[in-house]
Amino acid sequence: MRESLAVNTDPPETAPVHLPLAHDSARKHVTGQARYVDDIPLPERTLQVHIAWAAKAHARIIELDLSAVLSAPGVVAVVDAAGVPGINEISPAHRDDEPLFATERVLFHGQPLFAVAADDIKTARRAARLARIVYEDLPAVLDVDTAKAAGDFVVPPLSMRRGDAAAGLEGAPLRRRGRLAMGGQEHFYLEGQVALALPGEDGDMLVYSSTQHPTETQDLVARVLGLPAAAVTIEVRRLGGAFGGKESQANLFACGAAVVAARTGRPAKCRADRDDDMIMTGKRHDFMVDYEVGFSTDGQIQAVAMDFISRCGWSADLSGPINDRALFHADNGYFYPDVALQSYPCRTNTVSNTAFRGFGGPQGMLAAERLIDEIAFATGQDPFDVRLRNLYGGEARDLTPYHMRVEDNILPAMMKRLAESCRYRQRRVEIRAWNEAHRWQKRGLALTPVKFGISFTMTAFNQAGSLIHIYKDGSVHLNHGGIEMGQGLYLKVAQVVAQELALPLERIRLSATTTGKVPNTSATAASSGSDLNGMAALAAARTLKERLIAFTAEMHQSSAEEVEWLPGRVVVKGNEIFWEELVHRAYLGRVPLSATGFYKTPKIHWDREQGRGRPFYYFAYGAACAETIVDVLTGEHRVLAVQILHDCGTSLNPAIDKGQIEGGFVQGMGWLTSEELVWDEAGRLRTHAPSTYKIPTASDRPPVFEIELWDEPNREATIHRSKAVGEPPFMLALSVFHSLSDAVAAVADHRVCPRLDAPATPERVLGSIERLRKEASG
Amino acid sequence: MTDGRRDSKQTFPRPRAAIRFILGDELVEVEGVPPTTTLLEWLRLYRRRTGTKEGCAEGDCGACTVIVGRIADGGLRYEALNACIRFLPMVDGCHVLTVEDLALCDGTLHPVQEALVATHGSQCGYCTPGFVMSLWALWRSAQTPDRAAILDGLAGNLCRCTGYGPIVEAAGRLHGQTQADAWRERQASAEVIMLARLAALNDGSTLDLVAAGQRFVAPRDQDALADLLAANPEAVVLAGGTDIGLWVTKQDRPLPLLVWLGRVDELRQIEDRGQDIVIGAGVTYEQAAAAMAGLGPDAAGLWRRIASPPIRNAGTIGGNISNGSPIGDTPPFLIALGASLELRHGQERRSLPLEDFFLAYGRQDRRPGEFVARVIIPRPRPDAIFKVMKVSKRFDQDISAVCAAFLIELDGSGKVERARIAMGGMAAIPKRARAVETALLGQPWTEASIEAAAQAMALDFKPLSDMRAGAVYRLAVAGNLLRKCYQEGLSGRLRLDLQPAADGHGLRTVPVPVPSLDMSDA
Repeated sequence: MRESLAVNTDPPETAPVHLPLAHDSARKHVTGQARYVDDIPLPERTLQVHIAWAAKAHARIIELDLSAVLSAPGVVAVVDAAGVPGINEISPAHRDDEPLFATERVLFHGQPLFAVAADDIKTARRAARLARIVYEDLPAVLDVDTAKAAGDFVVPPLSMRRGDAAAGLEGAPLRRRGRLAMGGQEHFYLEGQVALALPGEDGDMLVYSSTQHPTETQDLVARVLGLPAAAVTIEVRRLGGAFGGKESQANLFACGAAVVAARTGRPAKCRADRDDDMIMTGKRHDFMVDYEVGFSTDGQIQAVAMDFISRCGWSADLSGPINDRALFHADNGYFYPDVALQSYPCRTNTVSNTAFRGFGGPQGMLAAERLIDEIAFATGQDPFDVRLRNLYGGEARDLTPYHMRVEDNILPAMMKRLAESCRYRQRRVEIRAWNEAHRWQKRGLALTPVKFGISFTMTAFNQAGSLIHIYKDGSVHLNHGGIEMGQGLYLKVAQVVAQELALPLERIRLSATTTGKVPNTSATAASSGSDLNGMAALAAARTLKERLIAFTAEMHQSSAEEVEWLPGRVVVKGNEIFWEELVHRAYLGRVPLSATGFYKTPKIHWDREQGRGRPFYYFAYGAACAETIVDVLTGEHRVLAVQILHDCGTSLNPAIDKGQIEGGFVQGMGWLTSEELVWDEAGRLRTHAPSTYKIPTASDRPPVFEIELWDEPNREATIHRSKAVGEPPFMLALSVFHSLSDAVAAVADHRVCPRLDAPATPERVLGSIERLRKEASG
Repeated sequence: MTDGRRDSKQTFPRPRAAIRFILGDELVEVEGVPPTTTLLEWLRLYRRRTGTKEGCAEGDCGACTVIVGRIADGGLRYEALNACIRFLPMVDGCHVLTVEDLALCDGTLHPVQEALVATHGSQCGYCTPGFVMSLWALWRSAQTPDRAAILDGLAGNLCRCTGYGPIVEAAGRLHGQTQADAWRERQASAEVIMLARLAALNDGSTLDLVAAGQRFVAPRDQDALADLLAANPEAVVLAGGTDIGLWVTKQDRPLPLLVWLGRVDELRQIEDRGQDIVIGAGVTYEQAAAAMAGLGPDAAGLWRRIASPPIRNAGTIGGNISNGSPIGDTPPFLIALGASLELRHGQERRSLPLEDFFLAYGRQDRRPGEFVARVIIPRPRPDAIFKVMKVSKRFDQDISAVCAAFLIELDGSGKVERARIAMGGMAAIPKRARAVETALLGQPWTEASIEAAAQAMALDFKPLSDMRAGAVYRLAVAGNLLRKCYQEGLSGRLRLDLQPAADGHGLRTVPVPVPSLDMSDA
């Protein structure tokens, strides 16, 4: 028996929920022992698969002659569309618009054409260049305005309306209209897309994939192989970062490896190098937002009309719900009395954009904050005051544009508390004075809110399963449908189970997520991982606990209520039975020691046709204040200080949650500042490696960076009253963008709205400065 | 050697056809591997040391960072390097350390690993081994690194999860711990032994490897190098490999004959002659850092931003010049100072001003078989205005949109007597702004003269638009950098360099204690 079980006081780790525990893999991370798909020792005769892509943005394939590829020395197999054993189709949205390999037409520069397999990857890559491809060029649509004018959308647009926006605008004393452009974002997960497919008996296929969505990967591998889902198993121990970029984008590589494995009967590994990965896989959607806002002379919003025009790329992928979520968040935390929001999910001959942390939410919220900026400049107020004035709250001011009531609003209190703790008002005065005294550098300050809706807007996805085994020796094997991608999900779920079973955390053995144990899972996405899987695991643990209690009661002829469940033991009628003994006796007593758990989120529903419902179980909130400095001669800038107040409900693990907040913030800052995707006029992505695509480095992190958690339980009954934390902090970085806008405004004495577009590269900042100078002087 | 192959008449030992180095504790000898195999490929595929990761295969993300130790100036020099673009033969005679080598056999973590665990410095963990190695380099080198040193030490490592805070915090914890002292003692005694082992490996031989249709030669002295290149003018000269590495990993370019300068000690010399500094073509950026810092704060500032430490530890000034890139950061700086090159072809040497070396895009004044041997950098007059400014999307580890260098000398009456202005990113080659210089010459150093001269920028340059910046922006910024050059004389430095943090490290998140747990499944 373990010594730890014999102690009488509760060891803290048997009640581990809410403790700042280290990531379960931390020691493995720092010693290089954490195993990713690329690190799995390969079985004998494993083939390396290269996926070749088209070098045209839009063209008809006149001829695709792969004979030279196949006859190249060392090449074992070449698979194109015709060679796919099942259906050549991998649309995650089941829209049949995404062939695994292109057939008649190429729809973007980077579209997969065929897979080449060889014993080593260099041979496969070199051979791919021997393909003889004859194209007939077709006109490529690269921008949203052209696509919108043509009415070419990848999914039906969504309208959200409440009240009469046109009349509201008409009647408003002041109005502003304009256009906001914001760029996309490359995920830049450090671990590139990868899959290892192992063929089994009877056509079965096991795929180790870097996917956030094993069930979907399973479905699509089954589809391209022409197999039932039950013949395919997807296993994922951990991802080296994902951020949404492996929700649907991992499928290509899993399917590519699987078709080669199926065709050759040999194990096949497909790992994209960084450039191929960035060229072939989708990114955050770039948006144009045409907006008009009507407001009172004291800055109260009366009506809002906004068109969200996004570049979805060549296929639907997840663009439907992403564009919807942009509308769901076009209010950020503000009440719009009359509102009309419209999405235009445009089809273009570019890579198919996809999920990325926030899932359209950041784009919606950036537009909301532009409205605030417009109002502040039009009325000569501090944008912070305009924000406070327009937050949800007060008489009949709690209804969103999708007719959901905001019942848990804590933003007014949060913003006021942060403004006080970060000395917003005083600093604003100090910064104005500093700017007066400095001709060549200007500082800016902004405090912005975040309100983010938690739940998949597709209601069916809000379900999760788990599986817990207790083995005869008392060790506990935990499995659930969530994917560990660095966010500490495995740890949080284990904390929940350890607490429920009152066992030390190290007794809970974590295991790789696999479709063979927990079926029909949802993607680990929408910040829902711990909300859903934590609850599902809790349910399984409860079932087992109840069985053991019932067994104990039966054994001692007591009632279940008389059985005391204590750390590492039960006590009944003065008898103390330690965990191992209890488990052993339960086994002999033929008690099932394995249980599944299931959870579905309550209260939610959404009618897309009507644009009405309660798509979100609750909202997560936050606020951030950022101070920046801008070099007015070059447009270069730096973030000087950031203060954050963020709402995680009652945090399951404050250390993990702070990591999500800080990491999300810096990633958001990258989106809005240095990360710029550039395509040329031929539709080729020019920024497809870290040499040209610049995510933040350590020195971009603000030298002052303070994070405080808003410690209030979730008002909804989530897992231990915590809140989702994956995505919401990303949008705290809007404070940086608006702080830069504030700094730029200083060059024209805060009289002209800078209308800065994103990302605010030095080039855009200098452009904005020059425009303001001209407008102010002319 | 007893096999009788050594010829008594031969001055030098016979060329060696096996790569020899020490990996962790183990002496390894590698033969028959294609010489452009990268250290990363070899570690992962041949040795299954999979802790070191591939993130980009171009030296820009740092997931592959390893430590390479070599004998320099009689001692051991340990440097962080990008294994993804380091050809395996380039670690010949070195000590290679990967993330697997740091913890003790009993599982005790090295202080840098312990610190990362304690600060929650890993999330997905994929970048972590690279950070561990960069932190190790910081741990070994600096006594107590300040914020700037920490951020510089981490500039070559990208993390997409943490936002860097906990990693920076970990770096700040590496010093002043008693437990760490024991590790330092352990390190010091290990290095005594390692120095002797590496010294024993150095047999003075030329490395001459042939495999898979490629030949890789690393001569030991300049004469041998000159002869070899003259006889094989088609050879590609390899210095730090921070560019040529990408020819292999990104372009799969055939390289039938590579001649590496890295073992020619004469080319790794820096000589300060007072009025000028002479730098061998094989000197790395990092090796030259101290000498360059002596040329003023702008030189030091530029040097930090040329690249990340792992690139600065590999890349050479000679290489930066020889590859003729229009966006290399050293040429504008060197041209403004009036640097000249010494080129050598066989026994023939010539020198020419650096600005004349660049002929057109991708074309330099260098004959086949000729190589850049030395760079001679005149020291600016003490009263000269010498400014270097780099503008890029990101502060660290980015390629310039515009890089400008200004050397202005005034006469006794405050008029411009000499002006050398050079720009990178503005033309197909690094180029002087002659029209601007002409507009300034003889003029008083005043805002009016600057404004007039800035207009001439458009005569000198017709920049391109690319993914780094648009033409309009480039031209506007070039003019503004001239303005800044002048304004700094009035206002002091106007740079957005790293801002000091309130408490030294900028770590004001509330620290949380970490009960350490490992619940591994594997």
